[in-house]
Amino acid sequence: MRGYIIRRLFESALILLGITLVTFILLYLVPADPARQIAGRSATAETVQNIRDQLGLNDPFFVQYARYLGNLFQGDMGRSYLQRAEVSELIAARLPASLMLMVAAIVTELIMGLTIGVVAALRRNKFADHSLMIFSFVSISAPQFVIGILLLYVFAVQLGWFPIGGYGTPAHFVLPAVTLGFLGAGWYSRMMRSSMIDVLAQDFVRTARAKGLSKGRIILRHVMPNAILPIIAMIGIDIGLFMSGIVVVESVFGWPGIGQLAWQAIQRVDIPVIMGVTMVSATAIVMGNLLADLVAPLIDPRIKTK
Amino acid sequence: MTATANTDGQGGARPVLTVRDLQVQVATTGGAKTVLDGLSFDLMPGETLCLAGESGSGKSMTALAIMGLLPKPMARITGGSIKLGGQELTELSEAGYRDVRSNRVAMIFQEPMTSLNPLMTVQQQLVEVLLEHDTCSRAEAPARALALLKDVRLTEPERRLKQYPHELSGGMRQRVMIAIALACEPEVLIADEPTTALDVTVQAEILDLIRLLQEEHGTTVLMITHDMGVVAEMADRVIVLRHGQEVEAAPVKDLFDAPRSDYARELLAAVPRLGAAPARPQRKLGETVVEVDDLTVRFDITGGVLNRPVARVHAVESVSFDIRKGETLALVGESGCGKSTIGKALLGLVPWEGSIRVAGRQTHGLSPRMLKPVRRDIQMVFQDPGASLDARMTVRDQVAEPMRVHGIAKGAELDDRVEYLFRRVGLKADMMDRYPHEFSGGQRQRICIARALSLSPRVIVADESVSALDVSVQAQVLELLQELQSQDDLAYLFISHDMAVIEQVADRVMVMRLGQVVEEGARDAVLHDARHPYTRRLLSAVPIPDPHRRRPPRAEAEPGLGSPIRRIGDPPTRLNLSEVAPGHRAAS
Repeated sequence: MRGYIIRRLFESALILLGITLVTFILLYLVPADPARQIAGRSATAETVQNIRDQLGLNDPFFVQYARYLGNLFQGDMGRSYLQRAEVSELIAARLPASLMLMVAAIVTELIMGLTIGVVAALRRNKFADHSLMIFSFVSISAPQFVIGILLLYVFAVQLGWFPIGGYGTPAHFVLPAVTLGFLGAGWYSRMMRSSMIDVLAQDFVRTARAKGLSKGRIILRHVMPNAILPIIAMIGIDIGLFMSGIVVVESVFGWPGIGQLAWQAIQRVDIPVIMGVTMVSATAIVMGNLLADLVAPLIDPRIKTK
Repeated sequence: MTATANTDGQGGARPVLTVRDLQVQVATTGGAKTVLDGLSFDLMPGETLCLAGESGSGKSMTALAIMGLLPKPMARITGGSIKLGGQELTELSEAGYRDVRSNRVAMIFQEPMTSLNPLMTVQQQLVEVLLEHDTCSRAEAPARALALLKDVRLTEPERRLKQYPHELSGGMRQRVMIAIALACEPEVLIADEPTTALDVTVQAEILDLIRLLQEEHGTTVLMITHDMGVVAEMADRVIVLRHGQEVEAAPVKDLFDAPRSDYARELLAAVPRLGAAPARPQRKLGETVVEVDDLTVRFDITGGVLNRPVARVHAVESVSFDIRKGETLALVGESGCGKSTIGKALLGLVPWEGSIRVAGRQTHGLSPRMLKPVRRDIQMVFQDPGASLDARMTVRDQVAEPMRVHGIAKGAELDDRVEYLFRRVGLKADMMDRYPHEFSGGQRQRICIARALSLSPRVIVADESVSALDVSVQAQVLELLQELQSQDDLAYLFISHDMAVIEQVADRVMVMRLGQVVEEGARDAVLHDARHPYTRRLLSAVPIPDPHRRRPPRAEAEPGLGSPIRRIGDPPTRLNLSEVAPGHRAAS
């Protein structure tokens, strides 16, 4: 087990290194000039050139990349071009809000998705199944900003159950978490439904019935734990989906997280911030997958972590 | 409950279970189909009643109907009655049925590999049924579970309790299933093909166990099987079923001595009996077409930080043999002995070491392109004809495909050849444009044989090719294979676990265990004058389809076979074969 974790951490580090290279190349190729952004529209060519020299933007690609990596290994993610602050400080100030929102969204999508999937499978080909599957189809296809604005209008503006925006109390979490988890809930309900249907046809479910167990116990103890296995691996991948969703959701709800930070940085070509946010989200995705793989053998004794 | 509790006080026993005019229908796209029609029987306390029949006879449907486990909503009871003691079961609510299941009637199933929940320990699965029926208190349950495992003679019962199903062998899992079934001391145990998926030595142990437990607990057994050997071994009385109807009901000895119905007579005649096969026709054998020398197949199991090999499966260890034109070499052994791996190595489907010559051509190290002409000479027929045909291709295309791939024929000539092949395997040419699901199991296997023959190979590897077929169909397919052999001088490598089938087809027999040959020689020498203890054990485990020659049940399980998975640097000891008689070699 320990050997397995060490190997996976080693692999994760390699993946992250690869990501820094790819992101760096992409940003290097972007036609927008950060020096021009910093200097402002009225600045002379000479001023712009000075800023470029200061930031080391005139150095060859590999010199820039090596400098970036060297700093990164010392825990220095650089300074924001525009905000006059360390990137690590900017991220540290906003990361907790985003992480909490993501956890809330995972809980939401699991509760919604699994419940819908289980009910649909048990009412297979009946009215409840058909209506729930239409609902899940809608939740998969609807754009997040539409869902967000709709929820905001109905539950915050009209009914006044939840705050319109901002961050602080548990009530603030509800609408953003539902918006963020809505897409995943749609996917999970479909996966859980088909997984349940597969497991219901297994021999050991027949054995459970032959034991004289109640239907409730068969579903809870024998069917659901087996049906949930394929879902677990998906949760790790979800964190990647959330990273793109969070940019939209944080804008709609005025959530002070790294999604907003990323959005502002991209608009203004604030390369150190973009790199920093990318690294943090890549780490979150890699760790999420690792976590999912580590949780799986706890539930399924057949998976051996070698 | 014991047998005496069921007597009426005047010495005559009352039946535990009474089935009258039972009718079961299954909804199909073509309307309701009656799969069980007017079945009646009484199950007397303490007896073993066998429901015997081929696939589609309705024997499993009967078991599921009694348990109230018919697959809803497709199948339902449309008539008749099932009475347990005085209680009518067909009118019970689902909640009422729960008190009957396991408590009064328990069931074990065919597939021990999938019949247990993979995520629960043996103890959890045993305790669950004990608590459901209030057999004991929560505190007593673990001790009771342990006692049950001891009852079914599971080795190391304390350790087994904490294990998960995947850590147990098939035989061990079936013992756990039996322990679960007997947990609440049911009056009736229904065993639906309980040993069909198991190796023959394990089958013998499980059958012995069921008999032993029946004596100890006085349980009444309703046994469902297609295997007349198992019937002869187990039954007091037999009901032969066909197409959902009773064909014959008789005490077991009467049935085997003097079957009254034509169908029972045919069924018994089709059963391969070890020791009853006719002598092999004396043919002049041609040149050697397959030469295998020092064949070794190993698979690495990797792990650790750098994904290095940590263990090795020694699937085949230094096996040598040759097969001559017109000859059948049989490979026999239990699951995991490497017999199928040898077949795959011959076709280049697994990486291997050593030397294989097909028709004089060395195949080691050949690229896929170079291997193509070799594959013309050697073809394979698999176990499951349903799975080895493409469901979305007509059978004509599937038989024609190898000839297209090898550029042998096209157009009208191809059509002619396919038609000829269909006739050769005993199928009509007008069936060619159908899809696999429109054929029966036996017909599908004929199609697979036609496909294998399409390239006019010299060698056919038949890997358990008749194991999935009903006995009457099995006999026909075996006959077809022999006919083709004598016409084309084909060489067969016949892989099977079934000693009686091997006796019918083989010229020579090789017995394998854990990847190595333990005995080889002419058919009669190996089967009738076995020298190696393992060969003898295999032979003695085969159920004999003769109720007069029933063996007494043995209580002790024999030691397991061991595992072909070994640590790196710890290869298995090479067995040395020594000649015990001319052409007959056995490991010492």
